[in-house]
Amino acid sequence: MIKEGYKGEDNMQQYELVTENEDQTFALAKQIGEKLNGGEVIALEGDLGAGKTAFTKGLAKGLAVTRVVNSPTFTIIKEYQGRIPLYHMDVYRVSAEDEDLGFDEYFEGTGVTVVEWAHLIKEQLPDELLTIYIYRIGDTSRKFVLEAKGERYLQLCKEIC
Amino acid sequence: MGEFIVKKDQIILGIETSCDETAAAVIKNGTEILSNVISSQIESHKRFGGVVPEIASRMHVEQITLVIEEALLQADVTYKDIDAVAVTEGPGLVGALLIGVNAAKAVAFAHGIPLVGVHHIAGHIYANRLIQEMKFPALSLVVSGGHTELILLKEHGSFKVIGETRDDAAGEAYDKVARTLNFPYPGGPHIDRLAHEGKPSINLPRAWLNGSYDFSFSGLKSSVINTLHNAEQRGETIEPADLAASFQASVIEVLVTKTLKAAEDFNVKQVMLAGGVAANKGLRAALTEAFTAVPDIELVIPPLSLCTDNAAMIGAAGSILFEKGKRSDLALNGNPGLDIENL
Repeated sequence: MIKEGYKGEDNMQQYELVTENEDQTFALAKQIGEKLNGGEVIALEGDLGAGKTAFTKGLAKGLAVTRVVNSPTFTIIKEYQGRIPLYHMDVYRVSAEDEDLGFDEYFEGTGVTVVEWAHLIKEQLPDELLTIYIYRIGDTSRKFVLEAKGERYLQLCKEIC
Repeated sequence: MGEFIVKKDQIILGIETSCDETAAAVIKNGTEILSNVISSQIESHKRFGGVVPEIASRMHVEQITLVIEEALLQADVTYKDIDAVAVTEGPGLVGALLIGVNAAKAVAFAHGIPLVGVHHIAGHIYANRLIQEMKFPALSLVVSGGHTELILLKEHGSFKVIGETRDDAAGEAYDKVARTLNFPYPGGPHIDRLAHEGKPSINLPRAWLNGSYDFSFSGLKSSVINTLHNAEQRGETIEPADLAASFQASVIEVLVTKTLKAAEDFNVKQVMLAGGVAANKGLRAALTEAFTAVPDIELVIPPLSLCTDNAAMIGAAGSILFEKGKRSDLALNGNPGLDIENL
């Protein structure tokens, strides 16, 4: 894994990691999941097939979720019981920026919220969050750019990278 | 006196609001539809390109009372005739589920009628009983927008998930492939239509996951993306109809092969198709063909109107649960992650 940290704009900090295969991606996500305490919001960005749901499976493992985590595209939100609850959202089909769609109840809840295609509801996202950009660099290898907004997410990135 | 005991018909009011359909139905003896009313929100969600949870809840609130009244009216019954109110308690969108659950609780409380919470997928499976009496053990292939599961029923009301998708549901895979081919949401039906115009000439993988009845469609989705991507880089063009046909062939082959294998391994007497993707013509044809070769196993495919979300199926499942003694109290709540195995 390549590890690199650099200062982005505002109080944002970006970190970059590369995984060679799905196992490494799963391990990275699991490691992040293990460090979460509840109340976190993680935005996942990446093209179709980048591995957003695959990443969430690893994260769920780190949260001790035992049920199969599969795609929330159709239902928009899936909830899982783990060490702390996991709310897995795919907001691809939601493109109503100006409407109050009730997402804040999840963001302000006690669980961990993972939002795929989060930029589509960026007006409704909390000010502080961790955004993870997933880039496909080969059939199985992926580049992860972690962008932390807020102290708790900065701390999280430092522990991982 | 007392020599003639007339067995009274069992009348169930079913209510379903788990996603974007507000529905109520009246079912007689678990098998006969007296009414089946559905108020679809599709038009309201179109401008957003999909179902929006908060909007769905608001629409359910507006529609639910009217839909229930219409269901009673069409069935020509009153609350006095109703033996139990069956309602979808999960899984689904929590804000949407709550509307149906609270309406059902209000009816149950106001009229002193027993309340029965029903699992949405149990409902989809019991849609089959409105067509054909069940024979056990039975196997159901549930394929909808959000589900791809093989569920074994040893007897009425007993559900065991023997296989499920590890990533995308079949319906999601259809919509995502449609997205890569630039079709608007929901793209699944476009792929089904296109598949009939093309030839399955492109070699795409099948995820067999040997030794398991689980499904995986995410690798197939990636393979479709890679095929398009690589062709683009080589300056070649791929016929979308052929790609759709090849994709559909892979999905259907896996679904049919695994269903047949599970049906034989568990010695089932009946296989029931359930869920919205059951509308797919290719899937219906392939299943019918595969099970023609095994006459010992009866294949049941419900009409399309009973495959998509409706309340008749909730009434049918509720009928069996009620008969088996299941009662929910007024603490019943919407449960978006409800597990079908622990009902």
